[in-house]
Amino acid sequence: MTKLFEYAPAPESRSVVDIAPSYGLFIDGEFTEAADGRVFKSVAPATEEVLSEVARAGEADVDRAVAAARRAFGPWSALPGAERGKYLFRIARIIQERSRELAVLETLDNGKPIRETRDADLPLVAAHFFYYAGWADKLGYAGFGADPKPLGVAGQVIPWNFPLLMLAWKIAPALACGNTVVLKPAETTPLSALFFADICRQAGLPAGVVNILPGYGDAGAALVAHPDVDKVAFTGSTAVGKEIARAVAGTDKRLTLELGGKGANIVFDDAPVDQAVEGIVGGIFFNQGQVCCAGSRLLVQESVADEVLESLKRRLGTLRLGDPLDKNTDIGAVNSPEQLARITELAEAGEAEGAERWTAPCELPTSGYWFAPTLFTGVTQAHRVAREEIFGPVLSVLTFRTPAEAVAKANNTPYGLSAGVWTEKGSRILAVADRLRAGVVWANTFNKFDPASPFGGYKESGFGREGGRHGLEAYLR
Amino acid sequence: MPRIPTAAAGPPASLADVTASDGALRRFLHGLPGVDPVGLEARAAALGTRSIKTTAKAYALDLAVSMIDLTTLEGADTPGKVRSLCAKARTPDPTDRTTPQVAAVCVYPDLAATAAGALAGSGVQVASVATAFPSGRAALEVKLADTRAALAAGADEIDMVIDRGAFLAGRYLEVYEQIRAVREAAGTARLKVIFETGELSTYDNIRRASWLGMLAGADFIKTSTGKVGVNATPANTLVLLEAVRDYRAATGVQVGVKPAGGIRTAKDAVKFLVLVNETAGDDWLDNRWFRFGASSLLNDLLMQRQKLRTGRYSGPDYVTVD
Repeated sequence: MTKLFEYAPAPESRSVVDIAPSYGLFIDGEFTEAADGRVFKSVAPATEEVLSEVARAGEADVDRAVAAARRAFGPWSALPGAERGKYLFRIARIIQERSRELAVLETLDNGKPIRETRDADLPLVAAHFFYYAGWADKLGYAGFGADPKPLGVAGQVIPWNFPLLMLAWKIAPALACGNTVVLKPAETTPLSALFFADICRQAGLPAGVVNILPGYGDAGAALVAHPDVDKVAFTGSTAVGKEIARAVAGTDKRLTLELGGKGANIVFDDAPVDQAVEGIVGGIFFNQGQVCCAGSRLLVQESVADEVLESLKRRLGTLRLGDPLDKNTDIGAVNSPEQLARITELAEAGEAEGAERWTAPCELPTSGYWFAPTLFTGVTQAHRVAREEIFGPVLSVLTFRTPAEAVAKANNTPYGLSAGVWTEKGSRILAVADRLRAGVVWANTFNKFDPASPFGGYKESGFGREGGRHGLEAYLR
Repeated sequence: MPRIPTAAAGPPASLADVTASDGALRRFLHGLPGVDPVGLEARAAALGTRSIKTTAKAYALDLAVSMIDLTTLEGADTPGKVRSLCAKARTPDPTDRTTPQVAAVCVYPDLAATAAGALAGSGVQVASVATAFPSGRAALEVKLADTRAALAAGADEIDMVIDRGAFLAGRYLEVYEQIRAVREAAGTARLKVIFETGELSTYDNIRRASWLGMLAGADFIKTSTGKVGVNATPANTLVLLEAVRDYRAATGVQVGVKPAGGIRTAKDAVKFLVLVNETAGDDWLDNRWFRFGASSLLNDLLMQRQKLRTGRYSGPDYVTVD
């Protein structure tokens, strides 16, 4: 049946961003080719169109970049905090001025909807730089001693799910504290980091303070293992996080890891149902579920499970999947064929293990990497879809009977990054949140971020905190 | 179209016992799921970012025109003013005969006869406020007499106000029985029940009032009178839309929604239609089930229609002032 009120296409203009046919590495304030001349292609996940050819960093390039960062460290760390803050404020303002361009770029390179890059990613990126710009001249009052010192050169490796936002989480506190950085963006989403390199030049940031090395895992491994790197910060999968921890063990490098998650979203029988449904949808389908803190396990009290599931399915039926550049798109493309294969494999395992699969009725585009919003009911703690991080738009629904059982099930995971609690009863929120072993607990909301709020994990979700005053600690001694 | 049960009969059998006593009604209304204001407002705001262009915009503008209850509710209303409003309702844009008529003209009861005369044969309904609008502070007999007078003058639709004082004091059954009494007096006329959401103040109250009104036999639930500080907002209208959606799922009875007051631009109207579309769905995208209580909205819709048709903006001198 055709809808009465069919929204006409409302695409954001691509012409606001000018993507060059090729990009180099950004080392010591200059764009340069890789030492061995290797390149790779960055592809738009929604269309499989090649966006640009990018230099691929290798070990020699890591050496060059770390050396440049080391040279820059002395003068940069000697600047008064207020001066470093000025650079960061300038960068934040330029990001705001160029936010439409960056939003379109991020949507093209990552596949996420423009609604999210425009309304979530870019405002948060700018806010993060503004926030840490404010700290740069107040470090003595952050609670880490009267005169805390920077660590030196930070080697930072970031994922593809929020390319520019993860860059901001890494670079803003590092620079505010007086460190210099070498950052490796993910191989599927290098472009916004390279645009950020241009912003650094526009802001007049001294050469070598920020170095960007697009590349693959080998470049990331070389960076974290580099003997002249003082600090390693990584956001990504738990498997890679463990490798990094092994590589760094026995050195005096400082390490923070922000890894996977299997967040529980707990809905009690007295929850505000309509808002809980919105929170569940936002919790697992924001950014196609490719969020480390996604609420990928829905724990719903058995007495209201049918009602909540019915509302949830009705709501999933209104999600609009398609062209990420269309301003009305809710669900965009999965970032890469590898990720799509992983999601598909785990969803099939869920079915094979006997969970009941339900998929929102929607048509998938013929090119690009797509996965329809999916939920599994009848899931138990023993199912793979309840234990493993899927990192896709797949929600596992489990039920519970009592608050104690909800807490036990929520905590019964090797991860501990995020959780949500939905109830109109304030005392229950406090009691449950207190017992949840997760770095972030949201009450009657989900996936809310603020630069002033620390973020990080328990257990295999990592250690160290990013954001807020706590986020400074990782970059100071 | 399948015959949809009407609300006039009062609560359906499945919910008959909830109005059996004040205690039962209170327990039922307080047992409805709560509304989290932050989440509600975030959802309403997110839907407000939908981008409605070209063909979708043309559809929405025409639909919005056809959903207007063109309203004048002033102490200074005269027969002349009402007659010119009725002429506008019949032919909103004399330069473009494809423009739909509005749904109704909404006036005070003493001018309902004037409106009925001016609209005769047009298909545009006469809506009259009643029950001591806008405050609702009068004895029940007065409210019923007000209603009967409006009907006698030719009103097709009655826009009543609830007793907010009784509601806020927790006397839900009294509010229910007053609505029932007006419902009975209104006979076959369509009954819109105004909650004055700005005075109920919390979204929990607005949800309870919505269910109370529907149980009592409202054909429409309506946000506001337009006479207080806070009138229709996307968020309070979203609560009403969720209520009618849930009420139909529970009882099979469909009830309409009318946001009123403060909706002045085509852009705002389109946002409300997006709320309808993505909350209640197709079945409410019709002026039988959704209305805008507005006066200045119509001219902005007409200007936007002209812009869409001709590709350029004219000015306020190219739409009629009525």
